[in-house]
Amino acid sequence: MTATTPGGQARPVSSDGEVLRCEHITKNYGVVTALTDVNLRLGRGEVLGLIGDNGAGKSTLLKILCGFQPPTSGRIILEGQPIVLKSVDHARSLGIDAVYQDLALVNQLTVFQNMFLNREKVRWPLVRNQVMRKEAREHLDEMGVHIPSVNVPVAQLSGGQRQAVAVARSVFSDPKILLLDEPLAAMGVKEGAIILDLITRLKREGNVSIIIIAHNYAHVLEVCDRINLIQGGQITLDKRTDETSAEELTDLVVAEYRRALEERQRSA
Amino acid sequence: MSDTAERSIGKAGAPQGGAAGTGDTLMRVVRVLGRQREATVFIIAAALFLYFLIDQGSSFTAKSNQVTIWSDNVAPYAIIALGEVFLLICGEIDLSVGFVVGFAPYLMHYLIDFYAFPGLLAIFFALLVGVVVGAVNGFFTVTVRVPSFITTLGTGFILLGLINTTSHDQPAPIPASVLGIGKWISNYAWAPIIWAVVLTVLFHIVLTRTRWGLHTVSVGGNLLGAREAGIRVNRIKYGNFMITGLLGSLVGLQQMYYTNNITPTAGSYQWMFYAVTAAVIGGTAMLGGTGTIIGAFFGAVVLGILSDGFPLIGVSADLLSIIFGGAILVSMVANVQLTRLRERGQS
Ligand SMILES: Nc1ncnc2c1ncn2[C@@H]1O[C@H](COP(=O)(O)OP(=O)(O)O)[C@@H](O)[C@H]1O
Ligand SMILES: [Mg+2]
Repeated sequence: MTATTPGGQARPVSSDGEVLRCEHITKNYGVVTALTDVNLRLGRGEVLGLIGDNGAGKSTLLKILCGFQPPTSGRIILEGQPIVLKSVDHARSLGIDAVYQDLALVNQLTVFQNMFLNREKVRWPLVRNQVMRKEAREHLDEMGVHIPSVNVPVAQLSGGQRQAVAVARSVFSDPKILLLDEPLAAMGVKEGAIILDLITRLKREGNVSIIIIAHNYAHVLEVCDRINLIQGGQITLDKRTDETSAEELTDLVVAEYRRALEERQRSA
Repeated sequence: MSDTAERSIGKAGAPQGGAAGTGDTLMRVVRVLGRQREATVFIIAAALFLYFLIDQGSSFTAKSNQVTIWSDNVAPYAIIALGEVFLLICGEIDLSVGFVVGFAPYLMHYLIDFYAFPGLLAIFFALLVGVVVGAVNGFFTVTVRVPSFITTLGTGFILLGLINTTSHDQPAPIPASVLGIGKWISNYAWAPIIWAVVLTVLFHIVLTRTRWGLHTVSVGGNLLGAREAGIRVNRIKYGNFMITGLLGSLVGLQQMYYTNNITPTAGSYQWMFYAVTAAVIGGTAMLGGTGTIIGAFFGAVVLGILSDGFPLIGVSADLLSIIFGGAILVSMVANVQLTRLRERGQS
């Protein structure tokens, strides 16, 4: 199927090379329309960059794809099968995991408790702290994330460390589809590099398909195979990374801004 | 960051030399006390106990007086506090539970004496009614989204009205068919405090070592985040309201056996006030996400000893209220300070 978008020159993706597709997704919050007729596809092993201004609807789309909220209309097709995601747990059981923009960490709980939040290892009725501590430690070390102790409350971590913990948590369960909402926002250069390296490594291993929301075009162009631009709740550009550039993306966003400004002045 | 914290804690534990300033030492002490909140409240409780022991001797240690302290005072506060701590942690409160205490015995009495229910079944329904009240509190708070302060204020009044209208403000004797079970619940003088200790241990484990406890903390600490992580936050809140109601029913039955009477005045705000006070003194901040069960138990011990000991040494009940009020404020300041310290990574 081809995403028919005004600015896009999308290529058809054969259905077996496609893990996730959404068709005609619309989302209203009361009178606010956050998404209108969004069509998006994610190829197997692909890294798709989703960019757009604040309020464009990126997080809204991600929260639909990870089962947090249902779309108002439209459907999601996972590996050729139309599905209705009933909950975050349901999406997870299908191999979809997400890092939310707000990270969904609980300040009062420790690093390891957060890494196993709602996926605690249990020997009923008790949680298995020793096992979780050990696995969390190993997993963070493996990822090259430096956290002094997995026993400290996440309240004590820096913004970058918190993001690293959230990202580490999302890849814990070997998801098939990973959704990342601005995972680099609060990160220093080194921490950001860890995440970018992780994405590159996951891509090389080829078992996971990724949608990454980001503001920094340099990062997006570095790690993504394809880029979708979302403006005012609609996807307005769908291009392979090697067919576009930071300049083109910037121009498009600026043009949109000018157009909106003119419209406002005309109506004023 | 954690390095410094550990070092300062380690130092503060040892006696301080003259090198550090007094203010500095004081801050360290506050920090240690904050970190070991349960230990602090325990020490206060033990100190009070010793004080009255030395000052009053046998009139304090007499068995009847000790039973009053532990089974009459501490046990009901501590048991209700268990539910309130869970609710306070997930950002809610139950003001109605004290009227469940009053209503549960009446329901049992009506079922047995007016509807010929067998004793055990009536007791089952008396316990169930607390759970139902909890579910109603949950419904209005979680589903209708009325703040729990208002919801439970309303259900509390309704229960008070139900107690008074159905009983015509008259006390009633305990039905003969349930007299025998009483010894398990509280006829035996130490039964209430044994219940309280066992339940405290149980709830402490639930809070710290089970998914239910961790999810309760998550719901209070970061409601949206908990939801995003897939935690069924509504279920947690409903559950904690229902647990609190159940504990209210249990205390109601205990009080009935303990006083050997069913009386309309058993239902009052007092239970909730003391339970929440115990929770706050014990280190539960009402900010959501933090709280301790063990702390609340020792908070209840402090309240129980003070309520018993002050009249012994001739301090009036009015002064006692002032002291309780002061204790609440001091504890709350400590709780808030502790939360701040934690957030700055210094505890
Ligand atoms: N829970 C919500 N309730 C109401 N409006 C919302 C909600 N979440 C998002 N919106 C609105 O939807 C639009 C898109 O938001 P969002 O998806 O967060 O944008 P982005 O992530 O691209 O910055 C915004 O206008 C925002 O105000
Ligand atoms: Mg966003």
